[in-house]
Amino acid sequence: MASSVPRMVGRRLLAALPSIVAVVVVTFLLTRALPGDPAAFFAGPAATPEAVEAIRHSLGLDRPLPVQFASYVAGLARGDFGTSLTTGQPVGAEILQRLPASVELTLAGLVLALLIAVPLGVAAATRPGSWIDHGARVVSTAGVSLPVFFTGLLATYVFYYLLGWAPAPMGRLDLFATAPPTVTGFYLIDSLLARDLEAFRSAFAQLVLPALTLGLFAVAPIARMTRASMLGVLSSDFIRTARASGLSSGKVLFAYALRNALLPVVTTMGMVFSFLLGANVLVEKVFAWPGIGSYAIESLIASDYAPVQGFILTMAILYVLLNLLIDVLYGLIDPRVRIDA
Amino acid sequence: MAASCKAPSLPRFILGLAVGGALGSVALFATAPAAAQSREETLLVVVESGTNSLDIHTVGANPASYGVTWNTYDRLITYGTKTLPDGSLSYDHSVLKPELAESWEATEEGIVFHLRKDAKFHDGTPVTAKDVKWSFDRMVTVGGFPTFQMAAGSITKPEQFEAIDDHTFKVKLPVKDKLALPDLGVPVPVVMNSALVKKNATPEDPWGLEWTKRNDAGGGAYKVESWKPGQELVLTRYEEWKSGPLPKLKKVVMREVPSAGNRRALLERGDVDVSFDLPPKDSQELAKGGKVSVVGTPIENSLWFVGMNVKMPPFDNVKVRQAVSYAVPYQPIMDAVVYGRGIPMFGGPEKVTSAAWPQPSPYRTDIAKAKALMAEAGFSDGFTTTLSINQGAAQIAEPLATLLQESLGQIGIKTTINKVPGANWRAAILKKDQPILVDTFSGWLNYPEYYFFWGYHGQNAVFNVMSYQNPAMDKLIDAARLESDKAKYEDDIKSFVSLAFEEMPRVPLFQYYLDIAMRKNVTGYTYWFHRGLDFRPMAKG
Amino acid sequence: MTDTATPAPAPTTAAIAPPLSPAAATLKHIRYVLSENPVTAMSFAGFGIMILLGIFGPLIAPYDPLASDTAAALQPPSGAHWFGTDHLGRDILSRVIVATRLDLTISLAAVILAFVVGSVAGVLAGFHGGVTDRIIGRLVDTIMAFPLFVLAMGIVAALGNTIGNIVLATAVINIPFYVRMARAETNARREAGFVEAARLSGNGTFRILGWHVFPNILPPMMVQVSLNMGYAILNAAGLSFIGLGVRPPTPEWGIMVAEGAGYIVSGEWWIALFPGTVLMLAVFCFNLLGDGLRDIIDPRRRT
Repeated sequence: MASSVPRMVGRRLLAALPSIVAVVVVTFLLTRALPGDPAAFFAGPAATPEAVEAIRHSLGLDRPLPVQFASYVAGLARGDFGTSLTTGQPVGAEILQRLPASVELTLAGLVLALLIAVPLGVAAATRPGSWIDHGARVVSTAGVSLPVFFTGLLATYVFYYLLGWAPAPMGRLDLFATAPPTVTGFYLIDSLLARDLEAFRSAFAQLVLPALTLGLFAVAPIARMTRASMLGVLSSDFIRTARASGLSSGKVLFAYALRNALLPVVTTMGMVFSFLLGANVLVEKVFAWPGIGSYAIESLIASDYAPVQGFILTMAILYVLLNLLIDVLYGLIDPRVRIDA
Repeated sequence: MAASCKAPSLPRFILGLAVGGALGSVALFATAPAAAQSREETLLVVVESGTNSLDIHTVGANPASYGVTWNTYDRLITYGTKTLPDGSLSYDHSVLKPELAESWEATEEGIVFHLRKDAKFHDGTPVTAKDVKWSFDRMVTVGGFPTFQMAAGSITKPEQFEAIDDHTFKVKLPVKDKLALPDLGVPVPVVMNSALVKKNATPEDPWGLEWTKRNDAGGGAYKVESWKPGQELVLTRYEEWKSGPLPKLKKVVMREVPSAGNRRALLERGDVDVSFDLPPKDSQELAKGGKVSVVGTPIENSLWFVGMNVKMPPFDNVKVRQAVSYAVPYQPIMDAVVYGRGIPMFGGPEKVTSAAWPQPSPYRTDIAKAKALMAEAGFSDGFTTTLSINQGAAQIAEPLATLLQESLGQIGIKTTINKVPGANWRAAILKKDQPILVDTFSGWLNYPEYYFFWGYHGQNAVFNVMSYQNPAMDKLIDAARLESDKAKYEDDIKSFVSLAFEEMPRVPLFQYYLDIAMRKNVTGYTYWFHRGLDFRPMAKG
Repeated sequence: MTDTATPAPAPTTAAIAPPLSPAAATLKHIRYVLSENPVTAMSFAGFGIMILLGIFGPLIAPYDPLASDTAAALQPPSGAHWFGTDHLGRDILSRVIVATRLDLTISLAAVILAFVVGSVAGVLAGFHGGVTDRIIGRLVDTIMAFPLFVLAMGIVAALGNTIGNIVLATAVINIPFYVRMARAETNARREAGFVEAARLSGNGTFRILGWHVFPNILPPMMVQVSLNMGYAILNAAGLSFIGLGVRPPTPEWGIMVAEGAGYIVSGEWWIALFPGTVLMLAVFCFNLLGDGLRDIIDPRRRT
């Protein structure tokens, strides 16, 4: 089975191509259907209809859609994602520069969520109906039941404004810390590599509230799925058999039950990660986090095609890779499932 | 079910994540102590959104870029400063001051400027008239906003500019336009380091716009130290600046914080020095709280208004427009939308007696009168229409529209509120297919006829959102533009204002404040028509 | 309530008592689950209250939810206004109550749409495999490859912010979850004994899918449904936050929270807090409901 994995990966990547192509086409059409008129937006104050037409021409927006699409694809082939009209920068460079911020935040949120959720789910499943179970449900569900932007603002108000425990919500570092030299783009790692503890401290302190806001949101789906799946496994025949043959309850729980129960959890995690990257958009907006999510929102609102297209394409590629990883794991855990290319 | 195969370690994978997270979650919640020393010489500013270009000439340069180029580039001339009745500072549109030009004189052909001889760009290159010529050629050639703005002062062609020698520069004028000189003091006519830009220009981009968008090519009081678009702009003082007294602030950091609540919290806790262009409610409460100083200046030649499209029935009926004018809930708007951060533009005298603009219309809320007018117009049963607002200005426009919608309901006009995305607003008003809308317009040049030229003239510019066309109105506006006799000029203004109040294609609501909140130790803030921050006179101490 | 490590199998009262009709047995089981699980009981009660508010809300509301009174703007909670008033002086309690119908409609419509489309496609894909599976899988992959919230934003932004489009956008981004889950669950059961048995006893494909496969995959699907009900409301709230929600002045929880969020720092906490709390309770209810439903539907626990 191990030997077939690389081939499977290759086949899957090839198979993902049509999806990516579809994403490119759909995104192109969707962005062109946006109500905004960049030409009028950028013609500036006091523009006459003729001036708007002139801008439209200079932006190439007066050409037929297929021609625009062809030049967009030709650009992509050269690795050129176009230029953002709002920030005036090349989209590819901006996304590369902002992506680590989003990924660092999302991973931090996911780790926090897993730390809380998996034990919670297991505890709930081992004692269904007990107060632990009910408590776990209430706690995890409360987390998911608030809009992230509300949680974020509330957290800022309480921990920054009232208590002064958290730093000002101003991005990844406080004003006086300098960013560590870029190696991975993750400030937590880069600052440690540069042995810059001050930057690490600052980056970490800035990360806590947004990661918590984001993570809270992911606790419920993971805990819920862990519990549901653990329950199913615990009541299955092979666990009864294992119990009946006198294996210790710890061994039954972790060696047999948890491993089998993790199958749907892994699927959920993929969903949750994808979902978090989406929810990220709002958290980034609240915490002025310089990631790609806030970049995408601003661009969409401004009908700035290139960044929206670049963002969606980047996310699509990330998604395909992530999904592949999950499927590999999925196949490794549960050999009943064979993945076809 | 038999599923106990030997699978590799997913639990270990999760365990790994857990350990990693645990290592990271050592409590580190406290803020790092701010470096106190640099803090004294640095001004920290928060804004909702920042500039998208370091060069005002680039396509799509946003309003925030006006303020940036104001500090990083010099112009030939600038405006003086005056103290307003409330003690705050404002630019003075009646006083022109030297900047790069030490002096200038009007000639038969136009204006001749004598440049100061000690000025240098940020890279040390001396500033010469050739740079001025190149920069001016550029602004009238690149098209778009810069070209438009200069045309308002009859400055349109490269042939008008001539570098006589290294420090003498001539602008030829086709007509004796009284707006030509003032127009050279707006943010657009910057003087650039032409050698530096040319070095970085490409055949496709001969004016080097792509390069200046991201790079500093100026000689202004501040240099761009770093710029992360969408995040932060850092300016440092240019120690060799000669065009005025050396600024006191060594460094300025402008951070973009989209959430208004966060901006307010940052200022109240003393983490930043200045919050610029803040929502009216925050201004009102911060001013009342007394912890920070709030300066609000009425934006010159500016109005929030309700516009009705006179080409679209039933708003083609003047009685309907007057009915709407009587139905507007003026005072509630002042209280609950603007929080008093504006000057009421309603309930004025019946007859226009002032030549000022903006000035209050004679209308006030009177539902009975509005109903009577509706009946006279033949709409006693009312009608249904769509009320459009600009989502980009939703902070004001949305509550305003909600109150208006309710009030119009009382006289039988049922409205649906249509939120137009900010990006589409200009396209929407350009199409002129919105029956009734809420909007604001302000003119850089502070003359009533300038406002009316854009807003009411039959040329039907984009800001004439009502498609209002009336030859009588056009005649009065055109006359005022050319009139040199003061009494006649004022009569023209009074006449077109009265006409506007009779016909009511747009209902004036209020003149809005530009508000800034600062820590008490910040001084020198000056209001500018371009609504950008001028850091040069500012200080902390 | 027991505290043992084994999942307490339901005492099979039905076996001892005289045989009941299926409906009565189901009712009895529901009653049993509810009495055993107070949280589920509460969530059912909450759901009931929401339905009642959705139907009778406009009759109960003490004030007109749209009537402004700027003289009474930004009043903290009081006897006259239990939840206080908002920036235009509108009664927040009334707006919260009246908003129930709209919020339930949006989330129910979106979830039903996504569930129906998603589970049909998923079951077909999982059962048939082959070309069907590939085509459906490809479509799902394409939707999933989009960053979902931004896709929803894009759909609403491109088509216009009407309630129908918010429902559509929410449904579209949720369909893949149902498809994938239904497919995975069906796939794992395709070769299961009971399916084989049903096939051998001469049942047609649709009968097998409808009567044997679908009921078996329903429990995990219901968990997803309950989660999605909450997500649907949160999704609408998120769209409102960035200005792509329903039109003002329509009361809707998400918009009210988004509007009130800006007032938190200035001390007017009630504007966001009350709709936020009700929104949270509603999402809470849906989420807990899912677990409860699973207990009721799960054939294993019905023994």
